[in-house]
Amino acid sequence: MGRLCTLLGPLSVSHGAASPSPILFRELYLPPMHPLLSSPQGSLWKIFHLSHKVTSVVPESALLIVLGLVLGGIVWAADHIASFTLTPTVFFFYLLPPIVLDAGYFMPNRLFFGNLGTILLYAVIGTIWNAATTGLSLYGVFLSGLMGELQIGLLDFLLFGSLIAAVDPVAVLAVFEEVHVNEVLFIIVFGESLLNDAVTVVLYNVFESFVTLGSDNVTGVDCVKGIVSFFVVSLGGTLVGIVFAFLLSLVTRFTKHVRIIEPGFVFVISYLSYLTSEMLSLSAILAITFCGICCQKYVTANISEQSATTVRYTMKMLASGAETIIFMFLGISAVDPLIWTWNTAFVLLTLVFISVYRAIGVVLQTWILNRYRMVQLEIIDQVVMSYGGLRGAVAYALVVLLDQEKVKEKNLFVSTTIIVVFFTVIFQGLTIKPLVQWLKVKRSEQREPRLNEKLHGRAFDHILSAIEDISGQIGHNYLRDKWSNFDRKFLSKILMRRSAQKSRDRILNVFHELNLKDAISYVAEGERRGSLAFIRSPSTDNMVNVDFSTPRPSVVEASVSYLLRENVSAVCLDMQSLQQRRRSIRDTEDMVTHHTLQQYLYKPRQEYKYLYSRHGLAANEDEKQDKEIFHRTMRKRLESFKSAKLGVNQNKKAAKLYRRERAQKRRNSSIPNGKLPTESLAHSFPLGDKDLELSDPEEAPNYDAEETNGGIEFLANVTKDTASDSPTGIDNPVFSPDEDPTPSILARAPPWLCPGEAVVPSQRARVQIPHSPGHLRRLAPFRLSSSSADSVPPPAGPEEPPQPGPRDSTHM
Amino acid sequence: MGAAHSASEEVRELEGKTGFSSDQIEQLHRRFKQLSGDQPTIRKENFNNVPDLELNPIRSKIIRAFFDNRNLRKGPSGLADEIDFEDFLTIMSYFRPIDTTLDEEQVELSRKEKLRFLFHMYDSDSDGRITLEEYRNVVEELLSGNPHIEKESARSIADGAMMEAASMCVGQMEPDQVYEGITFDDFLKIWQGIDIETKMHVRFLNMETIALCH
Repeated sequence: MGRLCTLLGPLSVSHGAASPSPILFRELYLPPMHPLLSSPQGSLWKIFHLSHKVTSVVPESALLIVLGLVLGGIVWAADHIASFTLTPTVFFFYLLPPIVLDAGYFMPNRLFFGNLGTILLYAVIGTIWNAATTGLSLYGVFLSGLMGELQIGLLDFLLFGSLIAAVDPVAVLAVFEEVHVNEVLFIIVFGESLLNDAVTVVLYNVFESFVTLGSDNVTGVDCVKGIVSFFVVSLGGTLVGIVFAFLLSLVTRFTKHVRIIEPGFVFVISYLSYLTSEMLSLSAILAITFCGICCQKYVTANISEQSATTVRYTMKMLASGAETIIFMFLGISAVDPLIWTWNTAFVLLTLVFISVYRAIGVVLQTWILNRYRMVQLEIIDQVVMSYGGLRGAVAYALVVLLDQEKVKEKNLFVSTTIIVVFFTVIFQGLTIKPLVQWLKVKRSEQREPRLNEKLHGRAFDHILSAIEDISGQIGHNYLRDKWSNFDRKFLSKILMRRSAQKSRDRILNVFHELNLKDAISYVAEGERRGSLAFIRSPSTDNMVNVDFSTPRPSVVEASVSYLLRENVSAVCLDMQSLQQRRRSIRDTEDMVTHHTLQQYLYKPRQEYKYLYSRHGLAANEDEKQDKEIFHRTMRKRLESFKSAKLGVNQNKKAAKLYRRERAQKRRNSSIPNGKLPTESLAHSFPLGDKDLELSDPEEAPNYDAEETNGGIEFLANVTKDTASDSPTGIDNPVFSPDEDPTPSILARAPPWLCPGEAVVPSQRARVQIPHSPGHLRRLAPFRLSSSSADSVPPPAGPEEPPQPGPRDSTHM
Repeated sequence: MGAAHSASEEVRELEGKTGFSSDQIEQLHRRFKQLSGDQPTIRKENFNNVPDLELNPIRSKIIRAFFDNRNLRKGPSGLADEIDFEDFLTIMSYFRPIDTTLDEEQVELSRKEKLRFLFHMYDSDSDGRITLEEYRNVVEELLSGNPHIEKESARSIADGAMMEAASMCVGQMEPDQVYEGITFDDFLKIWQGIDIETKMHVRFLNMETIALCH
């Protein structure tokens, strides 16, 4: 129990340092606390908050180590024994797997496999090189007598070399995530640190057994066994990972009805792969890495969006938590006088050797690699790669695992390892950022995903593989192409649920993402303006819907193009507005109805969702909703595009206008239908009319916002006047047949007023809008025509009698 | 002897024109013959013999690019009926990796060349613009490999991409302006910041590699 407390204690403090939003944290946790309790923590918080600048310079891992040292010092001062240390068991079984799984699951696969050859060379040859040279050089220096008397043999040095040689994934991740070097460089260093595990494990085990045997008893057979075991360990680990990835993908395919436990499978099965390969003495890190790499595509496609979010956040949380604990405990563990054995020559030479041999190794290997690589690794890259060879907790845990009986100088090894880890993480971690800036290393660009980019990228893949096909070569692109064909034909069919196969396309994903973002910002914009009442007042909504239960065929015309045209005419100059006054009224009316309708469409589903809320996450099966969002935001994008095109930042104003009108409409829903457009209009353009009987006080704040809209005042007046001129019948105020604009009027519209939108009103909307609005899905997708020539919208409504088309025509 | 001499002369000439090494030219020539069935020229039908190409969703566009006069540097528009080996090499040379020894101007030039090739593939009617129709067409073909994506989705993706391009390239437009399509300048703008050098190349066409490997 005490152990758990100390585990959690430092963690919570350290989160103060790491948390991006301390204020939020305090809001959440401090108020219920007793003031006496909260004040020390609050002051701790402030310290870390003040040190925000520090964290931008000093990597978090270094800070954590220092913090761990301080805490360790406190513990030791109190107890005079080092009560808490990082034990290898805890590290290997609980702290390391989440970090590696996170790395594998979020691995940029294409980049990883594209550079696999390079990564493997560095991971295998590089690590062996480091281990051998460091161990041998240290032994050489030892023989010269510089280190004084040590009970140590060649094998011990090689053992030490093998455990200190490996670049540590945790440290590399922690430092490189803050540096933002370009992606190729990152994936090489990071991939190396992940894949060298097999080498480290094998070298470590081999030399440990050699040390146990004693240097005299090592035979050639043992060496051969060692080499064979390398292949067994690495390939076996990879295979275990792939098998479990397959299993995991297969399991998630059938979890449709148990959405809630989906995320659990991801963690449990990948952890199982780790344990299994550990049990078989294979490379556990490789297993869980490849499990993550291989399953990510299928799992993300199979599980629901909420589950994916859960997996993402849980994984990140576990990984960063584990990382925090690791570095903190490295600090804490170092405060223990019992383990410290100082040997200046040994410690300093180790530091020198690992840095120098790393650099030499990188240069040599890069020289070889650059003959074969398409994208050359330049000298700057090599510098960063050598400098980024950070050692970390893996080395520490391995050295702690050593047996004091067999390795006499264990304590020297331990203290040297700690020094090396601290030096690389703190010193190199601190200086790598300035170094990268100074060398002007190509940085990674954080960019929004862009559709064009994705599309062209896809086209490129196909072109390149085609060129390789035509020229009869087998290259990267050829292999990738074959693999993706194989994947599509077999793997995806087995491992993905049918519905997921549909949406797994990358391009669709980007598109979907962009649309979602638009939708979110759309709602956020509404919320910011405080007019999201339409979402939160279902009761008034229902009242509005009553109005539409009377059959009004012309409602159909409330289509996107009208909205768009309304946008356009709203900003046009006086002359045009005069020309278009009639249409403007119509459009206004259309707009109102359209939006109310559209609003209404979403209502039932929301309630529906709440009905099912007892099942938590199970309500999101409806694919149609996704599609609706898809199209709705598409339309939204079009709107904003329109206004951007017009050179006026109109979309926000327009959106505001809609919302205001909608809100207005809802409030006024009890009054006769026919008056609505007038009223809402008047509210939208307050300067035009002050004597409205229904201007309710709630609307008042919005007026100020509206006043910035000087540009549309005139139009507002015009339209308002016409609106009141028009015969206001109760049922069909403006939609009476004689008021309908003839096609000729539409045709007379200047081309820029209807710039490129032809709308196909949905069949379903035409057929059955008013009767059962609950079944309405949405209005048809707009079409963006290719030129302005065909931009005159097809005359809708009376000219085209409602056709009893297939009901599904509104869905795509 | 004379024939051999003239042949090597020819190869040298091609080397100068396309930048390939003689080894590569030889290699490609072998392939060319294989494709054409020992004829001096290739016609469109010859490409049907490449079995791996069948799965390529934009197969027709790619093959068309081989016969496009713009790519062959023969004229502003139109399609050639058949291409000879030199034309074949010309097309292939678009996929040569950019030589790192070149200065920036030349790199930029070669980048433009590559992009122009891509642009021509999209701009099927050679009017210097990728209109929405053309873009949709490409996207539909591109996504046709996935049987689950409906045409309608492909269209809206193309629409979205077009809008993105418009907002990226034009920004603010006059009210009476209509975005008619992506011009080559716009196309360059879209590609800004994406290092095509690392993308548009085929490994074996890398001169140095071949030279070193042999």
